[in-house]
Amino acid sequence: MSTRRIVLSRSAAIVGAAATGWLLPATAGAQSAKLRVGLMLPYTGTYAQLGVAVENGVRMAIDQQGGKLGGREIEWFKVDDESEPSKAVENASKLVQRDKVQVLIGTVHSGVQMGIQKVARETGVLSLIPNAGAHAATRALCAPNVFRTSFTNAQITLALGPAMVARGHKKAVWITWKYAAGEEAFEGFKQSYPAAGGSIIKELGLPFPNVEFQALLTEIAALQPDAVACFFAGGGAAKFIRDYAAAGLKDKIALYGSGFLTEGVLDAAGPAADGIITTMHYSDSLDTPRNKQFRMEYAKAFRSQPDVYAMQGYDTGLLLVHGANAVQGDMEAKPALYRALESAVIDSPRGRWTMSRAHNPVQDIYLRRVENMENKVIGVAAKAQADSGAGCRMG
Amino acid sequence: MDFATFLIQLLNSVQYGLVLFMLAAGLTLIFGIMGVVNLAHGSFYMLGAYLAYALTGYFGSLAWAIAVGAVLAMVFGLALEWLLFRHFHCRDHLDQVLLTFGLIYIFEDLRSILWGDAVHGVAIPEPLAASIPLTDILSYPLYRLFICGICLALALGLYLLIAKTRLGMKIRAGASNPDMAQALGVNTRLIHSIVFALGVTLAMVAGMAMAPVSSVYPGMGSSVLIMCFVVVVIGGIGSVRGAFISALLVGLVDTFGKVLLPQIAGMLVYMLMAAVLLYKPEGLFKQ
Repeated sequence: MSTRRIVLSRSAAIVGAAATGWLLPATAGAQSAKLRVGLMLPYTGTYAQLGVAVENGVRMAIDQQGGKLGGREIEWFKVDDESEPSKAVENASKLVQRDKVQVLIGTVHSGVQMGIQKVARETGVLSLIPNAGAHAATRALCAPNVFRTSFTNAQITLALGPAMVARGHKKAVWITWKYAAGEEAFEGFKQSYPAAGGSIIKELGLPFPNVEFQALLTEIAALQPDAVACFFAGGGAAKFIRDYAAAGLKDKIALYGSGFLTEGVLDAAGPAADGIITTMHYSDSLDTPRNKQFRMEYAKAFRSQPDVYAMQGYDTGLLLVHGANAVQGDMEAKPALYRALESAVIDSPRGRWTMSRAHNPVQDIYLRRVENMENKVIGVAAKAQADSGAGCRMG
Repeated sequence: MDFATFLIQLLNSVQYGLVLFMLAAGLTLIFGIMGVVNLAHGSFYMLGAYLAYALTGYFGSLAWAIAVGAVLAMVFGLALEWLLFRHFHCRDHLDQVLLTFGLIYIFEDLRSILWGDAVHGVAIPEPLAASIPLTDILSYPLYRLFICGICLALALGLYLLIAKTRLGMKIRAGASNPDMAQALGVNTRLIHSIVFALGVTLAMVAGMAMAPVSSVYPGMGSSVLIMCFVVVVIGGIGSVRGAFISALLVGLVDTFGKVLLPQIAGMLVYMLMAAVLLYKPEGLFKQ
C-alpha cells in the first residue's frame, strides 16, 4: 500500500516536473521560450523622433535576419523614457525586474543613460547604448555587460582639431553650452587642436538651453579668430547657425563643429548653414554600396529617410544579431556572449567598425561640409578613431 | 572692449530687454489687475512663434503674418479669458498655478499635434535681412533693430493707453480698488477680458517677431518664462513701468555678464534679483 502510494506520488512529481520543464535539458528549455528584448527610448518630447528612428533601425536589422535572434523568437518590451533622468532608474528596473528582459536597448539622452548604467551594473543585464555619448558609460563606469554602438562626445571632436589646422585655421574660438555634453565635446577639441598646432584664443559658453547668442557673436566678431568651433544640437543648433549668419560672420570666420550641429536642423537653418564643416561618424551622403543599400531598404520599410540615429539603431541590431548567433540564442552564456560582442566587426552603413577594449566603437570620423542643405562628405578626418576609455577597469 | 564693441553689446542688451519687457508687461498686468498668476505665459510666446511660422507659410510674408497673427492672438486671448480665466481670478493662487501649469502641457501637446516636434525656421523678410556695418569688422543685424522698433511702439502704445485714455483710467481704477470701481460703474468684467487679451497679444507678438531670429522649436516658452518672472519680481509685481526698467536692467546684466564673466553668466541675473530684493523686498516700483 505504502509502496504503491510512493510510486504514484513520484510519478505525479515526474509528470509535473516534465510539464514545467524541470527535466528537459536546460538549453532546450531556454530556447523554446522567447528571447525578451527591452527598448527604453524617448517616444514623447523633444527626442521623440530620435527614439522612433533608433527603434526602426534595430527592428530592420533583426528583420533582415528573419526576425529571430540566434534562432529564437523575440518578445518586445517598450518603455517611453521621456528623456527624463529622474525616472531613468525606475524605468530601467521595470524592464529588468518585472519584464525580465535579457537585453536592454537604450537610450538617447545622456542623463537617462546614467540611470540605465546604474541598473545595468547592478543587475548584469546586457545593455546596448544606441546613442547617448556620455563619457562615463565607457570610461570610469564601464562594465562587461555594457556596449555602445554610437560614439563618445569627445571622439567626434578629437578628429576636429587636426582637420581645422590642415585647412589653415590656426586661431580659434570655442563656444558651447555649459553642460555635460558640451564640456565633453570640448575635452576632445582641447586635446586635439593645440596638439595639431592650433591655439584656442577664447572659450565662450552659455547656460543650457539658453539660445540668446547675440552677445557672444559680437564678442567673436571683435576677437577676429580664423575660425569658430562649437558644440550645439537640436533647436539651439539651428538658431546658432542662423544667428551666426545674421551677425555677418558666415563669410568672414569659418564655422566648424561636432556633427550634431548640422544633424536634423538643415531645413530649419536654411542657406545660413551652407559651408559649415563638421566631423561625424556618419553622413547621409556617404557614397558606399553598403550605405546606399541601407538607405534604400530603410526608406522602403519606413517611408522616411534614415538619419544618424536610425543608422545607430541599425548597428545596435546588427551587433545583437551577431552576439545572439554566436551563442545560438542562449543569452545566459555570458562569457561567450561578451567575447562574441567584443570581437565583432560590424559591416555598417558608416563603414566597418570594431569594439574598443572599453566597449565603444573604433570608427572612421568623416569630414563633412554643408552644401544645399545636405552634409556632403569631403574626406576622412580620422581613420579608426578610438575613445581613450580612460579609467575603465572591466570586472 | 573697444567702443564699437561696447556700443553693439549695448544694442544687444536693449533688444533682449525689450523682448523681455513685451512678455513681462503682459505677465505683470494680468497679475496686477486680475490677480492671476499665469505660468502659461511662456506658452503664449511659443504659440506666437509657431503661428508666425504657419502664417508666413500661408501668406508668404512675415508682415502679413504678424498683422493677422496679432488679431488672432487677441481673439484667442478673449476666448481663453471667457472660457477659463474669468472663473479663476478670485480663486486661490494655488488653483491658478495648477490651472496654468496644466495649460503648459496642453499647449505643448497641441503644438506637437499641429506642427510636430521638429525645429522650424522662418525667413527674415528680404529688405530686413541685411546688417548695418558699424566698423569694418562689426555690424548689427537690421532685423534686430526692427524688433526693437516693434517693442518700443507697443511699449509707447501701452503707456498711452494706460496713462492717457478713459479705458486706461478704468484699468488703473480696477487695479487699485476693484470694488469701488465697480460701484462707480466700471465694468470690471470687461476690463479683465481686455487686459488679459492684451497680455496674451503682447506675448504672442513677441513670439512672432522673434521667430525669424530664434527659430521655432518645442519648449521655447519655458526658458523665457523664468526670465519674465525675474523681470516682474525685480520691477515690482503689477508695475508696467517697473517691468520696463527691470527688463532693460536684466538685458544689460545678462549680455555683459556673458561676455565679461562667462563662468558665472548663468547666475548673474539671479544675483541681481537677490540684491534688489534685499534692498527693496517688493521690487523697484511696487505700486
